[in-house]
Amino acid sequence: MSIWQYANPARFMRTTEGVLPWLVGGAVICCVTGLVWGFLTPDDFRQGSTVKIVFLHVPAAMMAINIWVMMLVASLIWIIRRHHVSALAAKAAAPIGAVMTVIALATGAIWGQPMWGSWWEWDPRLTSFLILFLFYVGYIALWSAVEDPDSAADLTGVLCLVGSVFALLSRYAVLFCNQGLHQGASLSVQSGERMSHVYRYPLYLAMLGFFLMFLALVLIRTRTEIRRRRLAALQAREMRA
Amino acid sequence: MIALLVRDLRLATRAGGGFGLGVAFFLILSALVPFGVGPDRAVLAPIAPGILWVGALLACLLSLDRIFALDHEDGSLDLLAIAPLPLEGAVAVKALAHWVTTGLPLVLAAPLFGLLLHLPPRAMPALVLSLAVGTPALSMLGAFGAAITVGLRRGGLLLSLLVLPLYVPTLIFGAEITRRGAEGLAIATPLVFLAGITLAVLALIPLAAAAALRVNLR
Repeated sequence: MSIWQYANPARFMRTTEGVLPWLVGGAVICCVTGLVWGFLTPDDFRQGSTVKIVFLHVPAAMMAINIWVMMLVASLIWIIRRHHVSALAAKAAAPIGAVMTVIALATGAIWGQPMWGSWWEWDPRLTSFLILFLFYVGYIALWSAVEDPDSAADLTGVLCLVGSVFALLSRYAVLFCNQGLHQGASLSVQSGERMSHVYRYPLYLAMLGFFLMFLALVLIRTRTEIRRRRLAALQAREMRA
Repeated sequence: MIALLVRDLRLATRAGGGFGLGVAFFLILSALVPFGVGPDRAVLAPIAPGILWVGALLACLLSLDRIFALDHEDGSLDLLAIAPLPLEGAVAVKALAHWVTTGLPLVLAAPLFGLLLHLPPRAMPALVLSLAVGTPALSMLGAFGAAITVGLRRGGLLLSLLVLPLYVPTLIFGAEITRRGAEGLAIATPLVFLAGITLAVLALIPLAAAAALRVNLR
């Protein structure tokens, strides 16, 4: 048993078929419970009811970054070991990541308007998220521009590697041009508790729900991509016959 | 390598090579900004470092698709790929040629355009220094973008979409150096960062660009 056996598309399809309903169910339960529970929490003494948007904002922002990391790992696996499922998973994850980035930016703007009195500030965190979004857009555009699927996987893989370095570099470079307005991390493993239990548990649940939702979506999309490749192969065979 | 450099430079300077177009674009941009924001010195002087750096960035972007596209069309890129010179070396030389034809003229002309935008005279050394250190990174990153999009029919727009986010750190530090120069502050810290980025880009990006070229020539 090793993880590499899932590089076999047939095996991947069979396994994910069984796992998917559980993932979808878990995602729905966690998201709904987390968000409803989050909505029923008492108002914050300083931020009032606006604090409730945190249950959308934080999980989306967390996923936006982690999806890029997942794409980086998948691209590396493709470049090093040439497993097609890996490349297709990276392709499938990119639009989800882009949407998560948009959700994080949009909820941030809606939250920032009453709190900071402005929809948008050139704060380091906001700026680096905007740059991350640009990287997502470029990545998706490159996938759709290259016709040959293997070349597309190679080129986007290289772009993902270079883009990761520069996304990280930009994240710290923007600290140089403007100091932040965004609050620091309220949830942190090292610094202990800074957030009340009342908000922490529904937030954990919403984060788990977003994670499961991403897993379910990326599996569904990867399955679609595999089917599309099979279809293309069948059509090519028919053309030749 | 030197033969390749000379060939690229000669191609760029002959008719239709587009030598100097970047500077002309830079001049037009510097002339358009005062129309857009008003010719007031108090408005122009603070934004001049940023305008000059964004202008240099866009001027650099204009000629990027020429790095590989023409060679790809007439097949000389395939010859380069099978030549004894490693493809990484060829990429580096072509980026250097792009810098000599685009970046270097920008560096030399920048003080003049700084004058147009009321950049304080004491910022001129910082402006020239930051451009001289930063533009090689722009050319090399551009060569990477051009290598990725070389086989595509409508690569131009995609090229700018891919390359511009990569320019962000260079732009931040370059504009910061110039702004600090204008205010008479010490420029050492951002200059070190910018030089670090440029050196890392020069060392590592040829590998990525050559890998992308090999995929596109497959």
